[in-house]
Amino acid sequence: MALVFKAFKRKKGNTSKAKSPDRGFLSFHNTSEVIKAESVIRKNGWRVRVMGPPPELRTGCDLVIEFPLVEQLNILRLLKANKIAPIEVVPVDDPLLKPVDLFHATDYGEYLMVRAANMKLTVHKETLMIVNISGGGCPDVPYLGARLVGKDLRQAPPPREIGHTLCGYALQLAYEEIKRQCSL
Amino acid sequence: MLALIGTVPEEDFPLVSGTAILKGDRLSLEGHETPVNRGTPALIAAAVMACDTLGLSMPFSFLVGDEGVGHGSRKLYEHLKTQLPAMGAKVITFHYLQPDVDWHNRILLALEEKGKLPVLIADAGYMYAAKMSGFAPCYDLFTPDIGELAFLADEIAPHPFYTRGFILHEEDNVPSLIKKAFEGKNAAKTLLIKGSKDYICTRERILATVDTPNVETLEPIGGTGDTMTGMVAALIHGGYSVARAATMAARANRLAGKLAKPTPATQVAEIIKEIPKALEAVLDEAAKAQEETCPTTQYAHG
Repeated sequence: MALVFKAFKRKKGNTSKAKSPDRGFLSFHNTSEVIKAESVIRKNGWRVRVMGPPPELRTGCDLVIEFPLVEQLNILRLLKANKIAPIEVVPVDDPLLKPVDLFHATDYGEYLMVRAANMKLTVHKETLMIVNISGGGCPDVPYLGARLVGKDLRQAPPPREIGHTLCGYALQLAYEEIKRQCSL
Repeated sequence: MLALIGTVPEEDFPLVSGTAILKGDRLSLEGHETPVNRGTPALIAAAVMACDTLGLSMPFSFLVGDEGVGHGSRKLYEHLKTQLPAMGAKVITFHYLQPDVDWHNRILLALEEKGKLPVLIADAGYMYAAKMSGFAPCYDLFTPDIGELAFLADEIAPHPFYTRGFILHEEDNVPSLIKKAFEGKNAAKTLLIKGSKDYICTRERILATVDTPNVETLEPIGGTGDTMTGMVAALIHGGYSVARAATMAARANRLAGKLAKPTPATQVAEIIKEIPKALEAVLDEAAKAQEETCPTTQYAHG
């Protein structure tokens, strides 16, 4: 019991920690979109909450949906399939945080690697075959690797279509950048 | 006992646990097979190879299928909450799981309720959850790459995708990021940071760095971080201190990489095959270093 108490005490004492560190907000143009989105997301098995927006997100609609942030890509794809387009997606504890949007390319001669955030995508420059995917920590990273490695960059499905998490989203950025660098 | 926990990128892979067997490039667990080319199967394969080389009992693995939707991870979290504390594992490695702070906390509390925590290692998605939970210092070892170190150093970022500013310019800035990660209480007791130079450090200081052999083509290869984490887990299971095991694993991972003569297109399964040779070499190096630093031991036996 003492150890359990210790853990709670530690957590309580750590006031600098966020209250909802793994949650995000989806904001919409109007309340009917919020209601429709909530219904679609819930039907697909996610735990979400409709709530009032923080000051940074007040754009006219008085409601936002709180959702598991790591599953952003999956939820955005679901909303798109249902023709619902959120205005913005942000982390709950700091809605002003923006996704990483810088890229780093490494030229290995025959191969080119592009990194976006924590994800790296490598292609063979001549054949444009995707030869490796590395980095990341969400379970769709190995899945994306299994689906994309060995595929031609020109024919491979975009990670946003088959990925599910923020790591998948980062890989999409690397995918777009490497296509740009390969003039595709 | 060493417990290894993670996911397989196959939706239909059931929740299974037991002693995994390596069959060439495939891992078999309770009759279910999966390739070892990436993710947790690569970690388990590396740990199996290392345990075999070190003459240790084989690790006990928990696996479930999850393509990133999180259903498999949540099923595994629920299973672990009841099963894991009762197992009495001395070393536990958490790996590719959908980051979920709530479930993370439930499992940590369940382990704490049993008494003294085992040696806890977290990598990949579980490390993200451990950092976000505020309980990172309960862990004995995190194994971030440099980008993930930047995430640990950013007290606000909920995921590496939202790490502010410094994520792409951090290679020269590692000591400062290490300091921030520890000051923010977002680091485990020891960090093994994987990069062009590997760092092994605690809150107090950088204990060691490993930068040879330098094999530049390892960075693009998916799974090379997983193999390092698998080896460090096995070495801790074998009785080495966390810091010593981390230093040895970093060196062995580089040697295995070099032995595989990799290109950026090499798959990690080729590197895993070289682990026994690499680890043997590291054990030899360690024995020689021991002889040099403790010559009196030799005289005593002579």
